[in-house]
Amino acid sequence: MTGHQALVPLPVVVPLLGAALTLLLANRPRLQRDVSVVGLSTSLVVAVVLLVEAYRHGPVVVRIGGWPPPVGIVLVADQLAALMVVVSSAVTLCVLLYSIGQGQGETGESAPLAIYHPTYLVLTAGVTNAFLAGDLFNLFVGFEILLAASFVLITLGGTEARIRTGSMYVVVSILSSMIFLAGVGLVYAATGTLNMAQLAQRLDALPDNVRLCLQLMLLLAFGIKAAVFPLSAWLPDSYPTAPAPVTAVFAGLLTKVGVYAIIRTETLLFPGGQVSGLLMVVAGLTMVVGILGAVAQSDIKRIFSFTLVSHIGYMIFGVALSTVAGLAGAIFYVAHHITIQTTLFLVAGLIEERAGSTDLRRLGGLARVAPLLAVLFFVPAMNLAGIPPFSGFLGKLGLLQAGVAIGGPLPWALVAAGTATSLVTLYAASRVWSIAFWREPRLATTEPTVRLPALMVGATAALVVLGLVFTVAAGPLFGVSTDAATDLRARTPYVRAVLPGGAP
Amino acid sequence: MNETGTTLVLVLVVGVLAGTGVTLLLERSLTRILLGIILLGNGVNLLVLIGGRSGVAPVVGTGPVDRMSDPLTQAMVLTAIVITFGLTAFLLAVAYRSWYLDGNDEVQDDLEDRQVAELAARRELPAPDLGGEGPDGDPEQVAPEPHLRRLRRTEEP
Repeated sequence: MTGHQALVPLPVVVPLLGAALTLLLANRPRLQRDVSVVGLSTSLVVAVVLLVEAYRHGPVVVRIGGWPPPVGIVLVADQLAALMVVVSSAVTLCVLLYSIGQGQGETGESAPLAIYHPTYLVLTAGVTNAFLAGDLFNLFVGFEILLAASFVLITLGGTEARIRTGSMYVVVSILSSMIFLAGVGLVYAATGTLNMAQLAQRLDALPDNVRLCLQLMLLLAFGIKAAVFPLSAWLPDSYPTAPAPVTAVFAGLLTKVGVYAIIRTETLLFPGGQVSGLLMVVAGLTMVVGILGAVAQSDIKRIFSFTLVSHIGYMIFGVALSTVAGLAGAIFYVAHHITIQTTLFLVAGLIEERAGSTDLRRLGGLARVAPLLAVLFFVPAMNLAGIPPFSGFLGKLGLLQAGVAIGGPLPWALVAAGTATSLVTLYAASRVWSIAFWREPRLATTEPTVRLPALMVGATAALVVLGLVFTVAAGPLFGVSTDAATDLRARTPYVRAVLPGGAP
Repeated sequence: MNETGTTLVLVLVVGVLAGTGVTLLLERSLTRILLGIILLGNGVNLLVLIGGRSGVAPVVGTGPVDRMSDPLTQAMVLTAIVITFGLTAFLLAVAYRSWYLDGNDEVQDDLEDRQVAELAARRELPAPDLGGEGPDGDPEQVAPEPHLRRLRRTEEP
């Protein structure tokens, strides 16, 4: 086992150990914070090293317990997985700092609880485990880890509103897990393996109808988790009531884990695009219906919950194209969207902290009262809407170009829907801007000045800067995405890395 | 994969468990949903289990290797049972908390959705648009009304 292989499990193991430690330190809040920050920083550094290694020398594979692949489970850090782990670690670290900033001086209902840090660390461990899993059942376990942690976080404090929305979230999530587990069981029954590299070889030999059935089963499970249109109604209802950092990390990461699972299964296990048409229709509907929902809302958190659903459609569009350009666009868009969506929810939290509400009917004149907050909102909001220099524009452009390159009625319809969605997103974002920031000050905002904790502002600013880094470094990032997409399409780099001796 | 064959009885049991589970999931009461999840979970676990080969205990030395049952499905089901157990316990706690706070354990409608629907029925915008003060300039006028707070199904006798 080389040094780099030893690094692969760390982004999962370190947060889990941190969770155990922070649980023991429940009565020492300061130490608890330090442990969490050190743990997630370590994950981030390890993830960056893994990404560089995967980019230079191909996928890094580690066999857990030394068992050879079809018997034991493997963790695989290929470029896609490593990139996702880097982005998610950076985002979770920033959100952690934000929540630490918020915890200082908080009282009452949303006061920090000793359980927050351990649960948060378990959540990050689950997310990275899902990204690195090289085995379908391990992917399921990763999902369960992150879901169990998310249940605790979404009902944090157990207030009436959170229990109301949380109970629905829990039921929907458990249902999607059941479907996933049934899919895993059926895949095993049909092929006799769950190792993804081996599945890539064996699924091809199955009759087409059995294969399609398995594919749709997994797609349904991941579709619920990723909040793809007909399966997305749970999201805007359940996310906004949670504490701001929790909503931010859920919005940024949890749906993207579902998107990642869709990308992985559609390319590695079920290539060939049998369901391209279905995915395209669903992607178009997700974009349009989602963004129309955003326009109808009057609460900033809910508006961004709907844009979150809407923009999942762009990623599904890229997957549906199943070309290198389409997948590269989707991967770039996932990285961009994780950062931007998290930033916007953190800013919504800052607005709530500063003005006492995120309801547009109660906000106004924030640009004058809090100019820094206005900048922190404006940059990611315009980035989300896809205004030219930003990464949102570049990601959308990449996807639309990939759609045009394919041609045909359905891709062209999707290009039109994508452009329209981008415009309506701009409308939704500028509506928030005009009402909350430019309008004459309202009741809630003329209250005595609240100083926002520096750490909260700093963490949000760091994420805004990360979004800008994606813009400036879009060239290299698109390079990595294209490379990852080429490997995904070819499948052999992944399969050969996991099963060096060929099919056993 | 399945030389010894899966009996029809097991398949029917999976079907019945999943069917009753889904039916209960469609209820509004969290307790019934919980029961539905338990039934559905057991059905899915059984489905995973019958995906592997059946036979003698998979311990080396106790029987011929080619007649052993598949240990992998058993391991997976064991994991799945633990997970289902944990999540069920959590949902039970949520249902209890809901009952404690609210006097019932019914899943409620989303407040904001109802508000948007009511506004649409009255042909009003969700918020005054683009800077204008509009007729509803006073924010208190459009604050959530008390009767919108909850939509509850009529209590059963």
